[in-house]
Amino acid sequence: MSARRIFVPGDAGALAVGADDVAAAIAKAAATAGVAVEIVRNGSRGLYWLEPMVEVGTPTGRVAFGPVAAEDVPDLIAAGLIDGKGERLFLGRTDEIPFLKAQTRFTFARCGIVDPASLADYRAHGGGVGLMRAAALSPAEIVTMVVASGLRGRGGAGFPTGIKWKTVLEAAGTRKFIVANADEGDSGTFADRMLMEGDPFVVIEGMAIAGLAVGATRGYLYIRSEYPHAIARMEAAIVTARATGWLGPDCAGSGRAFEIELRVGAGAYVCGEETALLESIEGERGEVRAKPPLPAHKGLFGAPTAVNNLVTLASVPFILAEGAEAYAAIGFGRSRGTMPIQLAGNIRHGGLFEAAFGVTLGELVETIGGGTITGRPVRAVQVGGPLGAYFPPSLFDTPFDYESFAARDGLIGHGGIVVFDDTVEMAAMARFAMEFCALESCGKCTPCRIGSTRGVELLDAMIAGREVTKNAALLEDLCDIMKFGSLCALGGFTPYPVISALRHYPADFGLVPAASAEKEIATWA
Amino acid sequence: MGMIHEIDFGTPASPSETLVSLTIDGQRVTAPLGTSVMRAAAEMGTSIPKLCATDRVEAFGSCRLCLVEVDGMRGTPASCTTLVAEGMVVRTETDRLRKLRRGVMELYISDHPLDCLTCAANGDCELQDQAGAVGLRDVRYEPGANHVAKSGNPLFQAKDQSNPYFDYDPAKCIVCSRCVRACEEVQGTFALTIEGRGFESRVSPGQHESFLGSECVSCGACVSACPTATLIEKSVVEKGTPEHSVVTTCAYCGVGCSFKAEMRGEELVRMEPWKDGKANHGHSCVKGRFAWGYANHRDRILNPMVREKITDPWREVSWDEALATVATRFRAIQAAHGKDSIGGITSSRCTNEETYLVQKLVRAGFGNNNVDTCARVCHSPTGYGLKTAFGTSAGTQDFDSVEHADVVLVIGANPTDGHPVFASRLKKRLREGAKLIVIDPRRIDLVRSPHVEAAHHLALRPGTNVAVLDAMAHVIVTEGLVDERFVTERCDRDAFEHWASFIAEERNSPEAVERASGVPAVEIRSAARLYATGGNGAIYYGLGVTEHSQGSTTVMAIANLAMATGNLGRPGVGVNPLRGQNNVQGSCDMGSFPHELPGYRHISDDATRAIFEKLWGRPLDNEPGLRIPNMFDAALDGSFLGLYVQGEDIVQSDPDTHHVTSGLSAMECVVVHDLFLNETANYAHVFLPGSTFLEKDGTFTNAERRINRVRKVMSPKNGGGDKNGYADWEVTQNLANAMGLGWTYTHPSEIMDEIALTTPSFAGVSYEALDRLGSVQWPCNEKAPEGTPVMHIGGFSRGLGQFMITEYVPTDERTGPRFPLLLTTGRILSQYNVGAQTRRTANVVWHQEDLLEIHPHDAENRGLKDGDFVRVASRAGETTLRAKITDRVAPGVVYTTFHHPLTQANVITTDYSDWATNCPEYKVTAVQVSPSNGPSAWQEDYEAHTHESRRIVGRLDAAE
Repeated sequence: MSARRIFVPGDAGALAVGADDVAAAIAKAAATAGVAVEIVRNGSRGLYWLEPMVEVGTPTGRVAFGPVAAEDVPDLIAAGLIDGKGERLFLGRTDEIPFLKAQTRFTFARCGIVDPASLADYRAHGGGVGLMRAAALSPAEIVTMVVASGLRGRGGAGFPTGIKWKTVLEAAGTRKFIVANADEGDSGTFADRMLMEGDPFVVIEGMAIAGLAVGATRGYLYIRSEYPHAIARMEAAIVTARATGWLGPDCAGSGRAFEIELRVGAGAYVCGEETALLESIEGERGEVRAKPPLPAHKGLFGAPTAVNNLVTLASVPFILAEGAEAYAAIGFGRSRGTMPIQLAGNIRHGGLFEAAFGVTLGELVETIGGGTITGRPVRAVQVGGPLGAYFPPSLFDTPFDYESFAARDGLIGHGGIVVFDDTVEMAAMARFAMEFCALESCGKCTPCRIGSTRGVELLDAMIAGREVTKNAALLEDLCDIMKFGSLCALGGFTPYPVISALRHYPADFGLVPAASAEKEIATWA
Repeated sequence: MGMIHEIDFGTPASPSETLVSLTIDGQRVTAPLGTSVMRAAAEMGTSIPKLCATDRVEAFGSCRLCLVEVDGMRGTPASCTTLVAEGMVVRTETDRLRKLRRGVMELYISDHPLDCLTCAANGDCELQDQAGAVGLRDVRYEPGANHVAKSGNPLFQAKDQSNPYFDYDPAKCIVCSRCVRACEEVQGTFALTIEGRGFESRVSPGQHESFLGSECVSCGACVSACPTATLIEKSVVEKGTPEHSVVTTCAYCGVGCSFKAEMRGEELVRMEPWKDGKANHGHSCVKGRFAWGYANHRDRILNPMVREKITDPWREVSWDEALATVATRFRAIQAAHGKDSIGGITSSRCTNEETYLVQKLVRAGFGNNNVDTCARVCHSPTGYGLKTAFGTSAGTQDFDSVEHADVVLVIGANPTDGHPVFASRLKKRLREGAKLIVIDPRRIDLVRSPHVEAAHHLALRPGTNVAVLDAMAHVIVTEGLVDERFVTERCDRDAFEHWASFIAEERNSPEAVERASGVPAVEIRSAARLYATGGNGAIYYGLGVTEHSQGSTTVMAIANLAMATGNLGRPGVGVNPLRGQNNVQGSCDMGSFPHELPGYRHISDDATRAIFEKLWGRPLDNEPGLRIPNMFDAALDGSFLGLYVQGEDIVQSDPDTHHVTSGLSAMECVVVHDLFLNETANYAHVFLPGSTFLEKDGTFTNAERRINRVRKVMSPKNGGGDKNGYADWEVTQNLANAMGLGWTYTHPSEIMDEIALTTPSFAGVSYEALDRLGSVQWPCNEKAPEGTPVMHIGGFSRGLGQFMITEYVPTDERTGPRFPLLLTTGRILSQYNVGAQTRRTANVVWHQEDLLEIHPHDAENRGLKDGDFVRVASRAGETTLRAKITDRVAPGVVYTTFHHPLTQANVITTDYSDWATNCPEYKVTAVQVSPSNGPSAWQEDYEAHTHESRRIVGRLDAAE
């Protein structure tokens, strides 16, 4: 009998709760027991409340245990863990766990399943098919497929990916670039990291397809410095891909060159903004550029550049492999395909939930997420990162898609959802939004540079009860100027959490509830 | 008279020729493709509020005041970054825009001191203007975080007053980045940045250094770009804002920048580069922008003075007495020793009109041709070489041409120091992707500076220019890179064939010259291929080419390279001498050489001479007169005893100082006409006080043949006993009249009219034309009524281009056991020439003394440390100065500047000179360097002599 494969995630989220100790304990206990085991450090399945979630390969499929602590290991092994048996912490067949079973995993199909160090494993699970197909297509044909899939930017702006690629393809230029944005800085988001750590080859495959599609010979993968595990994982995967011929002068046998260079950020949130990111790669101060010119026309080093979010790029191999129709077949309205939604904050079942667009916010928070971990009622949900709007339970019927959230003065952003219970103080949360903007502002444009600091001061005054009504009006003016006057989304979106908090929770700001409810605050939208 | 207000269009003009039409505020307008909406509006007279935009630099889009509404576009796009499009409909003023703009301005003012009435920029502040324009009436924010409050405020930064010319007050900074962008885009130094981020963002020189301690070159571009009082001239702080301004031309280098002299009454408040100046397009360097304080320096001599013997103290006299003394003595010398016993030297710093008058005085008044000029010691080989090859003694292009160059070859020039404003334009083109080849013994800044790196630096041994250029030509000829069509159509084919067979000889190959030049053959080959095949190839050169025993040969070798590759006769190419002084081109044009009348016409040509004889009413000598070095020879022979020197310090600037001073000492009447008691004045019998460029009308001709107006902004200060002073042209006229010539010019424009009347290439030049066109490049005549930016289009002035054989002949000045090192010389950014002007300004903070650059290897062999006093000795003499150890120079080469009289670098230079023109071989002197305890005996004697000879009766403080 060959060695049992035991999966202990090497994902940073699992490591944070002791996965390395668990792996060591399993190795030690197996040795003591004289049982041959092969411990695979897979990615996370995205069920973070169950991490470290140990899986065991059995002839009938993988079964899971979790959350496992190192001290549980001797007992679990004694109870038959190596044979996939057990009672305590036993979760049964992994793919039958409801949180997983309810998902539609296109982009994250292999994440947590494959050995992220193994290109062979990646290919064995269907990886690489998209790239091989792309290598045989003309650039225009690839672009046409991506346009047809309806894929939109997963970084938050929701711009149609195929259209962006078409612009770059048609832009005049002797050199073009792909830039993968993995400067994942939104609060409550971790999809980029989870994917890079759990399925790095899908990132490379997506970038290579993009390169073939737009005629770029070089791609930059920009990862935030706070992701050391992802950086190491991607570095190793790039070396492997180069050795295999996916990268290099003849990308996947296409006859066209494509190379990837990894760049690490230096801790600035604003460098997740595409033009500041380009400045950062060029070695300049991380400062936003005015648009136009669009990066697609004049981007990195002045050349036409497709800047895409990492999840966007990782969604492309599925489209090439399975066809645009398969992707476009599911979704909601103009939001096609799936979205990896990240549930975080005060929530019972925190994790990654990839599903077709259209599931309501209430289902995500209450049903899938299981409500708050404190057991108290949900009071507010912030969707789309630190610059996303706060939604009260009264808006839980909002379907998760770009347009529905926009219609309610919100945004889905990178798909992060952060849940708060009824102890949250919303004036403090509004202040936090301004403070975050002040801290992360690059300082280029005036509304963001000075406005965010004035915003903090105004909210301090309101929280202290000074001139609340007058300051609320000034705060709205300020938000108006930031929203319409800022150069990029950092200053432009900071008003979302501030105004949504003010509108939905006026009492928290010392505004008389009844009076403020009557008042039409929403003129700014 | 009032202030000249230049419209700031907000963004640079688009070069496109395609026009698009759009509607702005209901008006149909057209603008070139690529124009910003802001500029299109400005051109129709609508000023959209703005702070971070200025047409000096590219659009940035940060202030958010210039938002507009555009039909079909989401939100409120910034008009500076939004480009015009066909059919676009724009509104520049709506309720929504007004509210946004006021809101943005309210934020600005919430972090700005409210001290407008006592602010130095009061009345000249764009923040103030725009606050008014957007109608801000109230700042509703409570006092909060700011950069203004001095006490207990971690954000407050004190003023940086380290720069001698301008202050930086971070409290007033609105973080528009205009200064940072000007430093990058206009100047190309990249000294400034924004430090911190968000609300803490602040302008910083380098990494939180002081302006003086940073890489800042004090060009003033940031100060001009600043919309507030954050960066402001100290002179404005002290004197207040100017009330009127006059456009004039800088009197420093040969770039010829146009400035607005901004005045209060007759007091100069600041020099502001003029955007419409065609040489500088609104840029400047530290000298022209700031270093004009010498005009009021206490050393300036304002009274005429005479003395019997040069060992006597000076005696202040009236103008009449001074001029009568000169006239009497000159006539007496001529009576005793013949008419050829006196002569004059014209100045490359004075105006064309003044130079013309000095040569006229010599030819018509002295009756001989003993006139020469300092171009003798700088660009005379240019005149000779280019006239031989092309038929005209001048550069072929305008400065704008560099914007079209693809490969730039810089040889023997150090533009970032010598011609800084041109260097900025060159660096801009290099940042856009043009390739650079530098041929220079020293690693000049251009070789590697921020965002600029030379593709090839051929660090040749001094004195081997011809060998290296011949080797490049060898590669071009033998590798089939000649532009055959150009050569066939435009050049003398026989001369070409003759030259080509010479240049193809093996002894001219890169491999053969590698040993002599020290440049690897492969580098020469690659550089030659790049120049020949890289697109438009432009050559820029300086005194490192001309000041050699083979200076004229090198100029011809350059001309050969350009002709062989077809790099002449269109924008982006050409042969461009970078002229050292403001009017060295003009002084040559004006007939300053002993063998040439104005317009480079030989004195022996009867027809030309007849023109002047008729007009001047006197016969002219048809034999060339004495060159400068021959004047000293003749003085020592006792046959040349009187000299009128206008605006040149030959003792300091001419080679072999001993020869110069002994020649002067042998003369009976030396007349120095200058601002200061310069080194030459130590040997003078009469001193005539000069006037600065601010005190006179006239014209200067820059290195691109551009005739620029110099306009009087204040009365001459050299009145002496008389009430009014005299511009230098008036002094020369008064001297001429004292000698009985009866001149009656009432204004320099009349002198220019005479030049135009007598000189075909100036036929179309007049003050009226200059006022109308701003400036013109000669030739300016019937064929080219608005001047000639690029010469030799379609054909050379002389007909067919002339290839000349350029045999490399090593200089006789060779290193050996006694003098094992080669000394070469140059200049530094902050100082100008002999330093008479710049040493009398605050520029001395950057360069207090001349230093000897020496390679670490050579220094170690001699036991020298950085800063040690060293003795530099040559066959001609010795001097001492401090050593600076640097690998900018190659082993075996040492380098110094010649800005300070005490250094007297020319005590060491030899009397070798260019075979054709006598231009001295300043750039190659074999020397030995050894440790020293202090100044040499010569220097001590000289200093004592200087002190003695500058005594003025009745005055305690001798100048200097």
